[in-house]
Amino acid sequence: MSTMTNDDSKANTVLQLENISLSFGGVKALTNISFDVREHEIRSIIGPNGAGKSSMLNVINGVYHPQAGDIYFRGKKRKQMNPAQAARQGIARTFQNIALFKGMTVLDNIMTGRNTKMSSSFLSNALWVGKARNEEELNRHKVEEVIDFLEIQHIRKTPVGKLPYGLQKRVELARALAAEPSLLLLDEPMAGMNVEEKQDMCRFILEVNQQYGVTIVLIEHDMGVVMDISDRVVVLDYGKKIGAGLPEDVKNDPEVISAYLGTSH
Amino acid sequence: MQAMTKLVNTLTFPRLLLQHAKTIPHHPAYREKYLGIWQVTSWEQNLTQIKHLACGLASSGFKRGMNLAVIGDNRPQLYQAMVAAQAVGGVPVPLYQDAVAAEMIHVLNDAKISFAVVEDQEQVDKLLEIKDQIPTLTTIIYEDPKGLSDYVQSDLHSLKQIQLLGKAFSEEHPEFFLTELEEGKASDLSVILYTSGTTGKPKGVAHTHNNFILTGQNSSEFDGLNYKDNILAYLPMAWVGDHLFSFAQAMVNGLTVNCPESKETVMSDMREIGPSYYFAPPRIFESLLTQVTIRMEDAGSLKRKLFEKSITFARKVGGDILDGKPVSLLNRLHYGFYNLTIYTPLRNALGMSKIRVAYTAGEAIGPDLFRFYRSIGVNLKQFYGQTETCAYVCLQPDGQVKYDSVGVAAPGIEIKLADSGEVLVKGVSVMDSYYHRPDATAESIDEDGYFHTGDAGILDKDGHLRIIDRAKDVGKMASGKLFAPKYIENKLKFFPFIKEAVVFGDGKHYITTFINIDFEAIANWAERRHIAFAGYVDLASKEDVYKMIGECISKVNVDLADDPMLSHAQIERFLVLHKELDPDDDELTRTRKVRRGFIAEKYAPLLEALYSAKSEQFIETKVKFEDGRDGSISATIRIQEAKTSTVVA
Repeated sequence: MSTMTNDDSKANTVLQLENISLSFGGVKALTNISFDVREHEIRSIIGPNGAGKSSMLNVINGVYHPQAGDIYFRGKKRKQMNPAQAARQGIARTFQNIALFKGMTVLDNIMTGRNTKMSSSFLSNALWVGKARNEEELNRHKVEEVIDFLEIQHIRKTPVGKLPYGLQKRVELARALAAEPSLLLLDEPMAGMNVEEKQDMCRFILEVNQQYGVTIVLIEHDMGVVMDISDRVVVLDYGKKIGAGLPEDVKNDPEVISAYLGTSH
Repeated sequence: MQAMTKLVNTLTFPRLLLQHAKTIPHHPAYREKYLGIWQVTSWEQNLTQIKHLACGLASSGFKRGMNLAVIGDNRPQLYQAMVAAQAVGGVPVPLYQDAVAAEMIHVLNDAKISFAVVEDQEQVDKLLEIKDQIPTLTTIIYEDPKGLSDYVQSDLHSLKQIQLLGKAFSEEHPEFFLTELEEGKASDLSVILYTSGTTGKPKGVAHTHNNFILTGQNSSEFDGLNYKDNILAYLPMAWVGDHLFSFAQAMVNGLTVNCPESKETVMSDMREIGPSYYFAPPRIFESLLTQVTIRMEDAGSLKRKLFEKSITFARKVGGDILDGKPVSLLNRLHYGFYNLTIYTPLRNALGMSKIRVAYTAGEAIGPDLFRFYRSIGVNLKQFYGQTETCAYVCLQPDGQVKYDSVGVAAPGIEIKLADSGEVLVKGVSVMDSYYHRPDATAESIDEDGYFHTGDAGILDKDGHLRIIDRAKDVGKMASGKLFAPKYIENKLKFFPFIKEAVVFGDGKHYITTFINIDFEAIANWAERRHIAFAGYVDLASKEDVYKMIGECISKVNVDLADDPMLSHAQIERFLVLHKELDPDDDELTRTRKVRRGFIAEKYAPLLEALYSAKSEQFIETKVKFEDGRDGSISATIRIQEAKTSTVVA
């Protein structure tokens, strides 16, 4: 795992967020938040419920547009954009509440992750000729690699709605990976899982990060998991950044402890 | 048929490989589902790959006379590794892939393993964990590189690397492979298979090329196998049955071995392949039927009734039609109709639509279960054999299938019964020796060349053999009457709700049993009756479950009361265990046979309670979780009386 500190050069910064503020009417979801994400690291965002973690992810992949602040993605200042544009730039994500097509098979669900990689026309797809055919084979191959990687061969043809929760989460990760992202946003990938499922998921996240070099931004409540697998952590509370740094520093930060445990200042 | 029996052989497995590569070069030797697609390896490609692997092994220091450990699920590359080792004068030693690392130490040391070809990271991790305790182990070769990119050990190589090495080596030394191959003799050892170790440490059973090739040839002749047959390789490679079916018979005939994608996909892969030749232990046939039964119970009432009606009808005439016995035209037409509408789709759903011959063995199969498959047109037969006899002693010939016998002596085999009732075997399949154990070899093969199987059996007037128990397990009750525990356990296990049973009574006044429930079947049964339960332990202790198991036992007692030899051996008291018996806890062998002695010791308080007047007993037991951690579970277990039957005079 990386041992970089906050003072390292910014040359390999993938994502830079500067003074982001987001509000919905009178509700301030995020106030003046700055942090960065470096190439190949696992950056976790933690904080109590309602701290603004999911809002932060939504800002990163273009669902929400902050009222103030700048976002730099790969050194370029980003204009307003939508999630589809984010996906094309190599940002993929999973959701806190599973967002799969329940009636479709696992395979078809993961194939939708290849959406941005397909360029053949509607007509050639409908007739399944020429480019469409080659393209499907190519994409299916990529999808099968992901299926192999996440060890879900046995449910390839099962409708997602029939699967237990832990496996659905894995399918969601599979769909995100099928997009071959360079930046992966994971919103509570381990919520509601048992210990064994969590261990599996940790293993997959680490392998995605180490073997494929994918940069990961992770929201997670399980402190054990966060401290184990993160390179660096950002702590939010009531929409404000109250801490950031290496996991062990954050763990011992009195402000973070009080936000989580509710002790008085 | 006897005239065709082959007793002499000059071939070795690598020579068979050369033959097939010449005569059927483009015929598939292996199919393996990878990334969702069945990848084919032809016999020609098979030869090239094996050649490169063999040369790679040799150039890395693998020498004539060495043994090669092979560990993993059924993969073409692992089967290839076995032939590669044989080609350069080595002997493959397949190990059970689901054994924990500590269990492998004995086998690896006993066979003095220095080279191991393994499937994946899981197996590599196991070997690295125990490497310090295996002084001879120098080289680990893995097939699947997934997860291994960060491993820096110098003794670790990928199979690809070794094959590339071998390719370069064979280009430099073009004669090497064939010269080495030609040096192999039919009387050389071809494989060492370790026994599952029901008693004591596993012993290495050493077979020659002669043993397995003659066995393969004679058994193929018996069932008319040829290169067009397809088999699904999904049982442990270390098990003698897989070695006979997926290796020896495949190599003898040049037939196609199909390797499933993963353990979880075996059923769907089987449906895709539609094997023509199939083997499964009774428990697999049983779980398939359980699945069908459960699904039919969930089906609509019309479908359910049709299914029940057709199966009842099949039980009446299906077996006779398969055996070629006379059946009235009306019944034939009736059967034909159901065959079209129900049996064929059912066989298809089971992946058995192309099956010509299916075998089962290992444990006794329930008569109902056996008849079910035969009645729907699956030519299911039984055989009998053990690791020491290439799993080839008795076979059921077509048309002469009796459910309670294991068939007649196979071609090339002689059987006779000792005075004690023990089955003695002589013939082509009897092993060379126990590896490095002349003492044990002398104990089990007598001067006349008969192998002592340790099984007690009876021969009927047609020469069909009926196995009743392990000879040493057949005991005496306090009254001096016969006690055959396995015979009773099998009767209990024929009920779909009972997964395992352990019967006690040797030297006692009455018979008792531990029962292990079949969680899947009983959970379903309980849900249907709106019985709420929290998990295995809770379900196992339910009063309704006890009542239902009690009914099963009383049915067995009725059966036993009918048998003049065993009417005294009815079960009087029983309990339902709070945990599933597990090979990881040493309660079962890897082939899932109960270790009665070990269980009696481990659960001593329960056993004592069975032979007292107690109605419940507290017990705490250690368990090993799948991730290797230890834990314990405790429960208070109820003990219940079973209804016995009066003996009809």
